[in-house]
Amino acid sequence: MNKEQNTVSAASAAEVPQNIHNPEYLVDVQHERLSFFTPAGEVKALNDVSLYVKEGEVLGIVGESGSGKSVTAYSLMGLTAYPGRIIGGDLWFNGHHINKMSEREMRKMRGNEISIIFQDPMTSLNPVYTIGDQIREVILLHTGKSKKEANDRARELLSLVGINEPDKRLKQYPHELSGGMRQRVMIAIALACEPKLLIADEPTTALDVTIQAQILELMMDLKRKLGMAIILITHDLGVVAGTCDRIAVMYAGKVVESGPTDDIFYHPAHEYTKGLIASIPNLNEKEHKRLIPIEGTPVDMLNPPAGCPFAPRCRACMKICLRSMPEYTHLTDAHYSACWLLNKAALEGREEEKA
Amino acid sequence: MMENEKLVEVQHLQQYFPVAGSKLFEKKVVKAVDDVSFFINRGETLGLVGESGCGKTTTGRTLLRLYEPTAGKIFYSGKDITHVNMLPYRRKMQIVFQDPYASLDPRMTVGDIVGEAIDIHHLAKNAQERRDRIIELLSLVGLNSEHANRYPHEFSGGQRQRVGIARALAVNPEFIVCDEPISALDVSIQAQVVNMFEDLQERMGLTYLFIAHNLSVVKHISNRIGVMYLGKLVELADSYELTFHSVHPYTRSLISAIPIADPEVNRATHRIVLEGDVPSPVNPPSGCRFRTRCPYADECCAQSEPEWKEVSPGHFAACHHLDRVK
Repeated sequence: MNKEQNTVSAASAAEVPQNIHNPEYLVDVQHERLSFFTPAGEVKALNDVSLYVKEGEVLGIVGESGSGKSVTAYSLMGLTAYPGRIIGGDLWFNGHHINKMSEREMRKMRGNEISIIFQDPMTSLNPVYTIGDQIREVILLHTGKSKKEANDRARELLSLVGINEPDKRLKQYPHELSGGMRQRVMIAIALACEPKLLIADEPTTALDVTIQAQILELMMDLKRKLGMAIILITHDLGVVAGTCDRIAVMYAGKVVESGPTDDIFYHPAHEYTKGLIASIPNLNEKEHKRLIPIEGTPVDMLNPPAGCPFAPRCRACMKICLRSMPEYTHLTDAHYSACWLLNKAALEGREEEKA
Repeated sequence: MMENEKLVEVQHLQQYFPVAGSKLFEKKVVKAVDDVSFFINRGETLGLVGESGCGKTTTGRTLLRLYEPTAGKIFYSGKDITHVNMLPYRRKMQIVFQDPYASLDPRMTVGDIVGEAIDIHHLAKNAQERRDRIIELLSLVGLNSEHANRYPHEFSGGQRQRVGIARALAVNPEFIVCDEPISALDVSIQAQVVNMFEDLQERMGLTYLFIAHNLSVVKHISNRIGVMYLGKLVELADSYELTFHSVHPYTRSLISAIPIADPEVNRATHRIVLEGDVPSPVNPPSGCRFRTRCPYADECCAQSEPEWKEVSPGHFAACHHLDRVK
């Protein structure tokens, strides 16, 4: 985020004709708007989303179901499902301007420079092909390797992701493997061409805790070895706390707060982030404290409220919150949040200075 | 809380399910629950945690005789209910299911879903009384009277789970099995439902068996926690005792594997990452079932099953190497 954007209010952002790509960033999403045009009406899944990822960095995107975290990541790969369409903003990845790429160019990029692993390893592998077929497919498609070389590479990848007896596994079908193993295979496929960015969409949600620990450890270990950047999408604050460099908190198609992991956990600025952190029980707590839930229900995206989408559930809601969306306030260079309370605090601070 | 009156007790509960073997006509059994014993005092919450396939849900359902137990005994209020007609007990023992999307009949209104239990047990004398009772139940779980005429698809996940809870409360039960009641809900909604369970317990003196895989939540809501692995109870203790002074190697690795939502604590935690996967319950390892993944395992573990012993008052564990783990 540069300083100029800071002064551009969210409401007038749509009128800014050209976003300027910051070449330092591997992923640079600016003011993305994406809607699903359903028979029931336009669902504004993403409403002015901006985020960035630097090379080799782990960005965590947290939020509830329907907050737009997966949609953001998928649109980066050009995988927006019908009837969804990007209707505004610019997306850059690794120098490519995603908005302007053709399907043919996208195909070259997918699996090669950018890869994805999905939540459910049971359904994202093809049940009628062997593990070997599915790993070799990616290698043969994107590199000029021969079948034999591809097979060697597949074997190497399986040992890289910690699967024993790789020769035997290459000939097995997905149903012969356990959930944790399948997720390892998915990671092997995703990493086959050493991508610059790995998108992990709830990679451990379907797995048991002890297996989750294995998979997260593996992902972080591979990141250190291969140096790729990771976008980790999850609703589990515990998972991001242990793995991410930076976190973006999404609510109803907006990034409401973003910042380094420690800032988000120890100095949360947005009321939603604060509420989220207060609402989860802490295993290390010695006394029984009552949980403080976020009241109300998630936003109906067909009829989102005017103004801040979190306002109807917010404990500190003011009149202005119901009318218009606040712009981002930068607390530090990397930590920013969109909340009127922060504007109010800044304004009061300025007045005190004057006095 | 009343003084240590055992409301529910199971002794050496076994639940085996037949499965087809690899050969034609070959029959095998899955030992889903194998020799599990515990009790729940009136007014308390017993948490049951474990990985998928460890038998925690089966334990809960067998306890209610939704499955007929293969062996073992179930007691309710001191009476053996292993082989009796359950109808009178259904008024006292209820269940809340995991998936609020699957456990509510889509073709019934919420009022009828809640009212069905009232009809079956003849709890209302006339239509007016039935209606009043439904509205009372809905308001108890934070819904209002106009919701009674709507269908399940019109509700969000959290609201549906409230309907499921209202249905369980319709017969004024004393004991509720909560089978993963919050895992299908959004994070911000989970706390609402957890608080509601606590409020209801306080108001109506309910006793819970709270089944979940999320140890943080289970520890929050439970007085005591039992940990299951492959159909066996491996450790049972007071919830604080269990989280801070666990003795079984499986419990320890389970606790260390939970990601804590605090970056500093997370960095400082030494993870005991278990190797491999949970073995198949069709063909569980001999002796101690955890031995294939246990860092302390030796020959003794392969030969004999560890005894279920009391380590300290109220703290039970089954492991051969408790002294070494310490």
